[in-house]
Amino acid sequence: MTPGPATAGDGAGKAPAGAPEDSLRRFAAIWSRAIYPLTATSMTRTEFEDHLVPLARLLDRALQASPFDPRAAVPVGTALVAAHCTDPEALPSILGVIDAYLVLYCAPDLTVDEARARCARLQHAVAVGFAQAMRERTLQEQEAILHAAISARADAEAALAGSEARFRAVFESAAIGIGIADMDGRVLEINDAVTRMFGSEAHVMRRNVGEWVHPDNGPEVRGLNGEMLRGEREGYHVEKAYPRADGSVLWANLKVSLLRDAEGRPQYQLALLEDITERRGLLRRLRHQATHDALTGLPNRTHFFESLDRALSAGPGGRLGVCYLDLDGFKAVNDSLGHAVGDRLLVAVAERLRSCLTSPDQLVARIGGDEFVALYTDPPDAAEVVALAQRILDALSTPVSLDGRELPVHGSIGIVHGPTRGRAAADVLRSADITMYRAKELGGNRYEVADPEADARAITRHGLTNRLPLALERGEFFIEYQPLIALEDGSIRGAEALVRWCHPVHGVLGPDRFIPLAESTGQIVPLGRWVLQAAARQARSWQSPDGGCAPHVNVNLSPMQLHHPDLVAEVARALDESGLPPASLCLEVTESALIGADEDALKPLRRIADLGVEIALDDFGTGYSNLSSLRWLPVSVLKLDRAFTRGLRHSPPDPVDSKIVEGIVSLAHGLGLTVTVEGVETRAQAEQLRALGCDTGQGWYYGRPGPPEALHKLAMADA
Amino acid sequence: MTDRPSWAPPGIDPTVPSVSRIYDYFLGGSHNFEADREAARVAIQAFPGIPKIGQANRAVMRRAVRFAVDRGITQFLDIGSGIPTFGNVHEVAQAASPGAKVVYVDNDPVAVAHSRAVLEGNDEATVVMADLRDPRSILEAPETRAMLDLRRPMALMLVAVVHFLSDEERPAEIIATLRDALAPGSVMVVTHATMDGPTPQGQRGAQQVYQRTTTPLIMRTREQLEPFFDGFELVEPGVVPLPYWRPDTPPADDDDPAVLHGLAGVGLKR
Repeated sequence: MTPGPATAGDGAGKAPAGAPEDSLRRFAAIWSRAIYPLTATSMTRTEFEDHLVPLARLLDRALQASPFDPRAAVPVGTALVAAHCTDPEALPSILGVIDAYLVLYCAPDLTVDEARARCARLQHAVAVGFAQAMRERTLQEQEAILHAAISARADAEAALAGSEARFRAVFESAAIGIGIADMDGRVLEINDAVTRMFGSEAHVMRRNVGEWVHPDNGPEVRGLNGEMLRGEREGYHVEKAYPRADGSVLWANLKVSLLRDAEGRPQYQLALLEDITERRGLLRRLRHQATHDALTGLPNRTHFFESLDRALSAGPGGRLGVCYLDLDGFKAVNDSLGHAVGDRLLVAVAERLRSCLTSPDQLVARIGGDEFVALYTDPPDAAEVVALAQRILDALSTPVSLDGRELPVHGSIGIVHGPTRGRAAADVLRSADITMYRAKELGGNRYEVADPEADARAITRHGLTNRLPLALERGEFFIEYQPLIALEDGSIRGAEALVRWCHPVHGVLGPDRFIPLAESTGQIVPLGRWVLQAAARQARSWQSPDGGCAPHVNVNLSPMQLHHPDLVAEVARALDESGLPPASLCLEVTESALIGADEDALKPLRRIADLGVEIALDDFGTGYSNLSSLRWLPVSVLKLDRAFTRGLRHSPPDPVDSKIVEGIVSLAHGLGLTVTVEGVETRAQAEQLRALGCDTGQGWYYGRPGPPEALHKLAMADA
Repeated sequence: MTDRPSWAPPGIDPTVPSVSRIYDYFLGGSHNFEADREAARVAIQAFPGIPKIGQANRAVMRRAVRFAVDRGITQFLDIGSGIPTFGNVHEVAQAASPGAKVVYVDNDPVAVAHSRAVLEGNDEATVVMADLRDPRSILEAPETRAMLDLRRPMALMLVAVVHFLSDEERPAEIIATLRDALAPGSVMVVTHATMDGPTPQGQRGAQQVYQRTTTPLIMRTREQLEPFFDGFELVEPGVVPLPYWRPDTPPADDDDPAVLHGLAGVGLKR
């Protein structure tokens, strides 16, 4: 690019001597001073001046050449343009210096007029060279820049094409559905994923996005599109149902936004679709599973509470009715006939309950094992709720027929009815539950209507019942032991284990407070198991290594435990785990629990007796006192109720009581049974009973129930 | 730069003035389109001395290249090189030190295409299409890697380019990134537009012209240039108006005072 010093054409015929070098240099210096400020050169002033010397020489030769040819000066103009004297403003300076100084510094051997004329023609030639070079250079540079622009554009277009090809590939192969529609909603482009989702390309292309209406879509979906098209929102994101080509429904997670041009005006709508049909179906199934009972298909507890919460939160003036149903005696069915039969019974009950619903504002749910609730949202009046409860009782009045067996089903229903205002779901249900228990206590197979006073009375009992499982888990139960004394010599024969509940609120509760509750809810089974194990371990620990003292431990068995299929195994395990000899364990069974027991029901007890464990008949004399049953019951001990010993408390004793006791003792001994008497409170009593032949005594006279250490101390003292 | 679509680089549209083509016009070139000339004419009207600043920039660049060559440097990285017309770095450098390597960098695709044409057949010079705002893309460009040995000192030329970076674009950090890639003994040449000179009104008019291009012009004071030389030792005479940076001949009285609106400084990496 940098021009070399211009070389003069020496094609001219005669070469004149020319001006001296220093004259040319001076000329170049003046020339440079005039042009340099107008020149876009990167040369320094000195360099530029040096650059002008050959041009000055060329002008000098041209001036003096013979024949004179002014065209020889054309390259000077060309060379100056090449040296970046491209500013037109430079031309007057270039020519002005030639005009004023060329003849002066060259001192040609010419007439003054001839020299001036030649100088003028040389200036014309320089101007020609300058103009030609300028035109050439301009055209060249224009062409170069145009070339560069075209090439840059081609590069950009190639890059764009490459980028487009990449985006096209992404578009085509994307797993997510992509569709583009114009602002009128006409579908212009879709990718393969959209075709797959809809089942056909023709079903989508060139159609209008507004055409796909599906009844499952709310009106808000179409509203959203309108808002976006009117510029009220940038885009939207909804779950939308579409009819597929085959008529089935496609559920899509749809995200729509606007594509804008460079000025920001919306041009197209861009839709991204994700097929969520399967996921949605799965969610619905899961939702159904989560809110319905697998066995009966009825709404479950979750569903019920959701519905109840909805009913309770439905504005002021709302009312509701709840019928809480618990089947009477269902546990017995489960225990005696097995769970499979129990389950089928529940299915049949559920079917009947369903038939009791007469309008969509009634719902029946299974909320527990054999507990069902009917919810009546906004019933017209209390009578309608009661009518619903009556329909349920009626529906259950016919026995359920299973495998040719007719199973009677009855239920107890607690009814709650009233305004929804200010009520919480848990309160409503508790009130219904308490009321249901009231119906049960009144004999079952009936309904009762909730009444706040009755609720309050039942609350403690209800609270205790509900807390039992937790209490066992938290170790709130403990055992006290009451000594059993051999009347013969006053030595300790053993102790009766008596369970206590250290309730966090009500303090220590005796078994009479909670054993019946545990018995009615089935909690007695785990509780009884725990007592048996704990007592067995305790008795084992009493048995000192030298074997000098080996007290028995007596443990009470409740009627329900007696019928529990695992009883024998549990007794065996308790003995096993504690290492207690079977003969050191005595299980106490109440007389009433054995009444009417057939041989099957007694089998477990016999097997326990076979293990070597003693069986005591507790509270003898309070029930039927069927003496003949003693012949075949697997018992070895009779425990006489305190009622018999009351008359022997004082001296002299009541003669009738004495006779009865004497008779029983004689009978028991005759059958090989030993006799234990309860309620021994005085020395006189103890003497009497010993005289009458009783074997063992128990009562305050010997010791109240206490911690296991107390018995140990007693034993030490006795020894 | 990231918000600009990749298919619309600056300079590709001949109806939008381009910084490098306006500059070419100031230097008397015809590598420009009417839109560029129109913008240039407006700028000249507002500030008649502006073409002189362009020329003074060329001159100081030439002096700085020679300064680098005198220090034994034979590698040059010229960022914001624009349209090559005359007195380019490779001409000066290769004239002073045959075989000197030069990498030109510009973000204007037309300037890059033109440079490519001019440099055809020159194995010691190449051009990279990249943006100063993304210095790593410059350092990591294959052309840079192939042409320059970053382990040896080089001259980093930032001639009339840093004033196109706004403060938000954090020019000092960009320069620091480049600096960290330089071997000790490297030099950095910075020239920059300033309002410090005698005719600030005119400068403001010129500034407005650049608002219409894709790259606005930011004037900075001498003090504002200082952070750019962090990690460099400023060589004498420091940051000075263009004609005062190591002139070959003392600045003449008849120089256009406009050239004082350009600042030049050269730093030596420690």
